Amino acid sequence: MNALILSAVLGVVMMFSSVLLKQKSAVRGIAITGLAVLLLVNILESRGISFFKIDVSGMMHFDRFALLSISIALFATLVFFILSAKDMEKIGADYGEYFALIFFITCGIILVASFKSLLILFLGIEIISIPLYILTGADKRNLKSNEASLKYFLMGAFSTGLMLMGIALLYGASGTFDVERMREMIAAPGVLSVAGMLLLLFSMSFKVSAAPFHFWTPDVYDGAPTAFTSFMATIVKAAVFIGFIRLFDETFGISQEKWQIWFAVIAAATLFIGNITAVFQQSVKRMLAYSSISQAGFMLLSLYAMNVSAKEGILLYAAAYSLATIGIFAVLNKLNDYTFEGFNGLARQQPVIAAAMVIFLLSLAGIPLTAGFLAKFFMLKAVIATGSGLWLVIFAVVMAAVSVYYYFRVIQAMYFKEGNATIAASGGFKWSLVGLAALIILLGIFPNLLIYWLYF
Amino acid sequence: MIAVLLILIPLLTGLAAFFFRNEKAVRSWALFSSVATLAVSLLGLTVFKDAKYLFHECEWMQGLGSSFAVGLDGMGQVLCLLTAVAYPIIFLSTWNSSYKRAHNFFALMLLAQAGLMGVFLAMDALLFYFFWELALIPVYFLCSQWGGERRIQVTFKFFVYTFLGSVLMLIGILYVYSHTADQSFAISSFYKADLPYNSQSWLFWLFFIAFAIKMPIFPFHTWQPDTYEQSPTATTMVLSGIMVKMGVLGLLRWLLPVLPIASYSYGDTVSRLAIIGMIYASLIAIRQDDMKRLIAYSSIAHIGLMCLTIFSENKIGFQGVMIQMFNHGVNIIGLWIMVELIERQFGTRKLSELGGLAQKAPTMAIFFVIIALANIALPLTNAFVGEFLMFTGVFTSTVTKYNILFTVLAATCIIFAAVYTLNMVRKIFYGEANALTANAKDISLNEKLALGVIVILICWMGVYPKPMLDLTNDISDSILKISDVHHLLKK
Repeated sequence: MNALILSAVLGVVMMFSSVLLKQKSAVRGIAITGLAVLLLVNILESRGISFFKIDVSGMMHFDRFALLSISIALFATLVFFILSAKDMEKIGADYGEYFALIFFITCGIILVASFKSLLILFLGIEIISIPLYILTGADKRNLKSNEASLKYFLMGAFSTGLMLMGIALLYGASGTFDVERMREMIAAPGVLSVAGMLLLLFSMSFKVSAAPFHFWTPDVYDGAPTAFTSFMATIVKAAVFIGFIRLFDETFGISQEKWQIWFAVIAAATLFIGNITAVFQQSVKRMLAYSSISQAGFMLLSLYAMNVSAKEGILLYAAAYSLATIGIFAVLNKLNDYTFEGFNGLARQQPVIAAAMVIFLLSLAGIPLTAGFLAKFFMLKAVIATGSGLWLVIFAVVMAAVSVYYYFRVIQAMYFKEGNATIAASGGFKWSLVGLAALIILLGIFPNLLIYWLYF
Repeated sequence: MIAVLLILIPLLTGLAAFFFRNEKAVRSWALFSSVATLAVSLLGLTVFKDAKYLFHECEWMQGLGSSFAVGLDGMGQVLCLLTAVAYPIIFLSTWNSSYKRAHNFFALMLLAQAGLMGVFLAMDALLFYFFWELALIPVYFLCSQWGGERRIQVTFKFFVYTFLGSVLMLIGILYVYSHTADQSFAISSFYKADLPYNSQSWLFWLFFIAFAIKMPIFPFHTWQPDTYEQSPTATTMVLSGIMVKMGVLGLLRWLLPVLPIASYSYGDTVSRLAIIGMIYASLIAIRQDDMKRLIAYSSIAHIGLMCLTIFSENKIGFQGVMIQMFNHGVNIIGLWIMVELIERQFGTRKLSELGGLAQKAPTMAIFFVIIALANIALPLTNAFVGEFLMFTGVFTSTVTKYNILFTVLAATCIIFAAVYTLNMVRKIFYGEANALTANAKDISLNEKLALGVIVILICWMGVYPKPMLDLTNDISDSILKISDVHHLLKK
């Protein structure tokens, strides 16, 4: 609750600051400080210190899982601000508004992570989506950005419609929006509840870009300004996953055997399409869009398994995937050439940045000693613990081996190919990258640093 | 303590090596580090022999059931000694080769050593998997950055092959883990997992393919000749001398005892693959003109014999394999040193372009012939002891009814080995010197030192293998006891 109210306030503050403050560095300073405070108050709340007592009539509940996932999202946003906030200046004149919109998205993320009523879920998803439509089109003079924004808006609105339809059907079946009561009401199978569940499944799959609802992703991620792609491909996607897992765990938890097979099929399709298509990309930005689809495929395994290690794993996965991808996007944003050739010879020019990039890429590929490995490890462990779906695990690791191909193409370009990719990077940027890489390795050795918060 | 030091010394010195700027200094630093590791390893063999020094366990990833458990059993001692001996030899013998960005090269070499040590020492399945991958990453960078022309594609093929193998193994590890009584990755829990036959039968292949790719066993060997050929020679030494032993160790420590029934029932299938690979690789080796490729194929044949012996499941064979792992490592590193010397001096590895070196470089010829004879497993050389034990093991095997056939077929490879090895010696050292070799120089002091150590080890192990036999005695017994199928079937 702390973070929710504060982030709404901060959004308004950022809107005014863009009017009142002339200096962009001051706006940026306020945003970063604000986010750090936001993170702090959220951590305080998870330690039991709450500043606001508001009666929400049981529509939201801030349990440990919700608070930890909010902390992860806020921390990742903080890292994103530190690395990429300066590059947002290049996009357009409305510098302060971008931050304001991001703070509003943060509100949505908090709602999605803590909903106990399907109305809140719907509100959260909408509060996330609408600012994102604007951010996608932030580069107003760029046709691709406009196209992406329009495409995203139309597709997003359509899926939101499906979602509302699903919620309405569930309401019809149970007579309530409340998650706890609904669970009991829809335990007995009925046409309304099954249809509602499927509509919710499809619309959430759309939001996390799971196949076959992924078609918008590459175009939108490619067209959006790189800094915002970084934000929406990581933090937003991970947050929607948190909502997704809560929804199916709490609302439809009883009838798991009914929807489990759907997730197996969707996960396998997502892994296949994401990985195989990523192999053929020439632009790193587009490759990362497909990589985000393939990583979503891995995250879907947690929905298939839906047990303790799946829930621990999804948090670890959200952190590992967000941090590594934000790092890569931050570097990509500074390059002129977004193709693989654009990275040629980077290791010669910027050994520190290249080394950090290697850690990020290894983490995404799931090589041990990085957080990415443990994230994948938890997913596999969760599925194996269910005792079924062994084919899915084997398929997933084969696809993970395919993903090595496109991640390592970047490493090969940086280290083994001749070229003169240059980056104008400040010392602070380099050190932030090194710190981020160190954090990824630290999480890869001691996952308990994160999972600890779930229990203590 | 010894076990932890063996990992920590190369790890920390390797990380430090990234920050050196002077090539000479980093070279000395790497040599110093490797000698320190060797000293620790020798101390573990002689002075601090008690289990309290050799084993170490501390908490790591509580809740997951994994702990940082490392330890030196007899097999670990042999392999760590091999790693520890090999590195100073590698650094000494390549002292005169210069590398671009040498600090990165030596740092990665040392990190690879840390990874290898970890694989040999890990007594926890998850830790084993960690190190298994960690050993691979530095080697990937080493081969891709300092190798031959086609290095990027070739190394990448190698990487994807081994990565695919290892993630499949990860599934196997996770499956066994989920069926252990106490949800633990500890090796003792794995040994007690006692899985039913129908799960063992598919788990076997998940593990076996990972190890088979690493060793490599036919038909998973296709990455190997290319990778050996394209890598810088120092890395090839690591790959062929030490890294292939990861696969052999995997079979002995993580496959046979964990999945004994499947190992028994698929033993013949695997043995057939091993024999096909041995004969096939030997025949190809005879036709090779490139020294590196010749040695690469010869290595496939030798490793095939180890695999064959492991699946004949008896004590004498296990001991033979463990001793031969050490000997094969020493011998093949000797051969690679020769390749490096010749390539550096003449700029070619083609047998057809060389000749008559014996008159110009007699010391080199003597060393080469001794190592070549060891490669053929002539009596009084180290490989004879190992191969003799292994053949005895295969011949007296009670788990297969084809033991005599297997022995006969495998023994033909000794003849093939003599053909290609002696042919190589003849083409390089005898005949008329040509324009290229007319001005050949003999080897320098540091190379003499490195080769001297190898020759001493060859003769010592060939004449007096008792220390090795003692070292591997207990562990062979215990592996056999856990994986003894007759006993299990009776139960």
